[in-house]
Amino acid sequence: MRRSVIGGAKRSSLFLLNQAHRSLHHHLGSSPSSSATALLLLLRRLSSSSASSPPPPNMSNPVTVQSINPKVLQCEYAVRGEIVNLAQRLQEELKANPGSLPFDEILYCNIGNPQSLGQLPITFFREVLALCDHPTILDKAETQGLFSADSIERAWQILDQIPGRATGAYSHSQGIKGLRDTIAAGIEARDGFPANPNDIFLTDGASPAVHMMMQLLISSEKDGILCPIPQYPLYSASIALHGGSLIPYYLDEETGWGLEVSELKKQLEEARSKGISVRALVVINPGNPTGQVLAEENQRDIVEFCKKEGLVLLADEVYQENIYVPEKKFHSFKKVARSMGYGDNDLCLVSFQSVSKGYHGECGKRGGYMEITGFSPEVREQIYKVASVNLCSNISGQILASLVMSPPKVGDESYESYSAEKDGILESLARRAKTLEDAFNSLEGITCNKAEGAMYLFPRIRLPEKAIKAAEAAKTAPDLFYCRHLLNATGVVVVPGSGFGQVPGTWHFRCTILPQEDKIPAIVSRLTDFHKSFMDEYRD
Amino acid sequence: MAPKGLDYELLNENVKKVQYAVRGELYLRASELQKEGKKIIFTNVGNPHALGQKPLTFPRQVVALCQAPFLLDDPNVGLMFPADAIARAKHYLSLTSGGLGAYSDSRGIPGVRQEVADFLLRRDGYPSDPELIFLTDGASKGVMQILSTIIRGPSDGILVPVPQYPLYSAAISLFGGTLVPYYLEETANWGLDVNDLRNAVSQAKSKGITVKAMVIINPGNPTGQCLSEANLSEILRFCYQEGLVLLGDEVYQQNIYQDERPFISSKKVLMDMGPPYSKEVQLVSFHTVSKGYWGECGQRGGYFEMTNIPPKTVDEIYKVASISLSPNVPAQIFMGLMVNPLKPGDISYEQFIRER
Repeated sequence: MRRSVIGGAKRSSLFLLNQAHRSLHHHLGSSPSSSATALLLLLRRLSSSSASSPPPPNMSNPVTVQSINPKVLQCEYAVRGEIVNLAQRLQEELKANPGSLPFDEILYCNIGNPQSLGQLPITFFREVLALCDHPTILDKAETQGLFSADSIERAWQILDQIPGRATGAYSHSQGIKGLRDTIAAGIEARDGFPANPNDIFLTDGASPAVHMMMQLLISSEKDGILCPIPQYPLYSASIALHGGSLIPYYLDEETGWGLEVSELKKQLEEARSKGISVRALVVINPGNPTGQVLAEENQRDIVEFCKKEGLVLLADEVYQENIYVPEKKFHSFKKVARSMGYGDNDLCLVSFQSVSKGYHGECGKRGGYMEITGFSPEVREQIYKVASVNLCSNISGQILASLVMSPPKVGDESYESYSAEKDGILESLARRAKTLEDAFNSLEGITCNKAEGAMYLFPRIRLPEKAIKAAEAAKTAPDLFYCRHLLNATGVVVVPGSGFGQVPGTWHFRCTILPQEDKIPAIVSRLTDFHKSFMDEYRD
Repeated sequence: MAPKGLDYELLNENVKKVQYAVRGELYLRASELQKEGKKIIFTNVGNPHALGQKPLTFPRQVVALCQAPFLLDDPNVGLMFPADAIARAKHYLSLTSGGLGAYSDSRGIPGVRQEVADFLLRRDGYPSDPELIFLTDGASKGVMQILSTIIRGPSDGILVPVPQYPLYSAAISLFGGTLVPYYLEETANWGLDVNDLRNAVSQAKSKGITVKAMVIINPGNPTGQCLSEANLSEILRFCYQEGLVLLGDEVYQQNIYQDERPFISSKKVLMDMGPPYSKEVQLVSFHTVSKGYWGECGQRGGYFEMTNIPPKTVDEIYKVASISLSPNVPAQIFMGLMVNPLKPGDISYEQFIRER
């Protein structure tokens, strides 16, 4: 086969070639003969293949911000956005020059990442995971002394469900079957209604499962997804990335972030009148950033609404174990639908669960699943196909998801210690939620709804006109302006409300309840002092 | 009955077009037969541990210790774990921001990315910037991220070798781009002719397609060939001339079974070529813990390294990575252990070499 052959042509010969080329062109004028054309082509090829002076490249650089996928440019994710970049710079500053700032540590209250702030993992879960990572030690005598008996037993049980006990092998693309059986049993024990392991897709955290569903549902900007405002910005980002339209429905701050079906209806109809095909409704329960837990009756209305309008109900239920008020309980949407008598033919429902939240807080493991009910075998095949392109989710995360859905039971050796760890964490979270809620409510111009669940507070701040003007002058959104000042003065990182969406003209920020209890008093006093001086400076 | 959100007719067409034969029809049939009790040997997928390859002991020891740090406090831990595994576990835990259970930096733990950078310097002889190395949940995720950044729509083409590993065709389908094939020559040891590339590009252009990137799989999947240094130079020169990003899938770089054609990374060849190529050609290289002699497919660990990608574009890629928060932390530790392996003199070194 002919290949470009020329290497190492000297500059002088190239110069001569180009000269010959130019004069040939000149002499030939506009209609060269075929032999002259051949000569011209040969000269062109000779000069262009010279290695010593590369020909000018095609200057349309393929990967600049002008030419990349515009949907990438459009999407935003404030949880790890601008304010966090600023915090990281300050942290580096502290490291390089200790004592140079009015605080001695950065406190990341921007992200639901409990173990980064000192929360300890559940011992039983980590025992089982360690044994599954290194099964060789299961045969050793010393292991009995280092690990609880039921963790050893559970590890054996899990390994027997994995072909060849090979935890380093790709599994079935939906996740290991035996683990899905366990999760299905856990769902049934939770809800009182059966779950099918074939409806479960184990994923690297709940987020990839959300992306999968958005990919499936969205073909163009004519496809709309109803999302709560405020919402966890995975939804807005994912919808943008997949080129769809986010149809907002507003939660009512006055009624503890209540969700009204009348609002859903209104937004749905408005979207439809604009030619949007609304495909799904996202509900986050317990709510993020808002922390409200839906009342069962409310959930029934939502189920009815989705059934009537032919919407897929996307139920983000990752905070199902984070409930801090005795008067509210978690009810899965599947349980609610089934108890209304609705089955697979009535409603398309997807439930997302994660190992990152609850009392286990295992964010770094990237474990989670979606349970899908109510769709046809053809659609299930498509979902399976998309899952298979990534082969499978990480095995350790799969194992952890099964542990979360079937933890130690009464009578198990580890039950007491497990229970104590779990209750300790949840009770502490409830205390911190209350302390911080009270603290925010005591500040001038700030009101804060109770966090019934999840891991966040979303206080509303009524910024004085003077502050809003100063923000405008600094070309910054007022809530970001406040958060930046807060960070610079106290080292506390929170996320401005505009990252989650809010009623226009209102300002909020989201603060996690996750710093360890012994740090909370210092945070409260720093916040209080800062806010007072901010208001002193900007009060109208 | 009113149409419902997940009715088949209403699904994203791009999803319906995707095909991924590695786990397609034949595999599903084989799985059925296996359930009926038939003995099936699965040679459809690169999944070594499933066919009996044992995991390396050392990394499993280290990660097990990281999973259960209470072991490190136990006086008897030395009876079960060698001292170097214990030391390494402490090292990696100190690099995390709260152990295995905390989200890391969205690009991966900085200390591990530094280890990858050090590895690349040793491998290629050229310094590597850890800020341009992103750890991912497997190389496949990295490939998907990059392709989704590049592809705007159906008039964006990606040059893909035929035969190819069908992740590329599937991803291009999913993101609504156009696959522009270039054929590897079976009778010439699956070699590559730059003229074929040129023809492919101009044919695509005539159909209104702008080719934006070129995929090479080196060593090849499914073909097994290693590209020669000369071939790689030609390819890089071609990418320079056409303004293409080169996507170098190098996940099999440690699976070389002959001496005549060692693995040479695209980055090394590019840097060796010097300016203007070394400063202009955009390159993204992919690697994994799933292949080589590690075969840790189930961990889902990988990385990509970017060369000559504009900072603003890097920012956008970082932004998208942050939406998924972080890659899984245990696999990041596997990656660190892979690029920063045991050395002669380490307690566990002998066993490590034997297993390898």
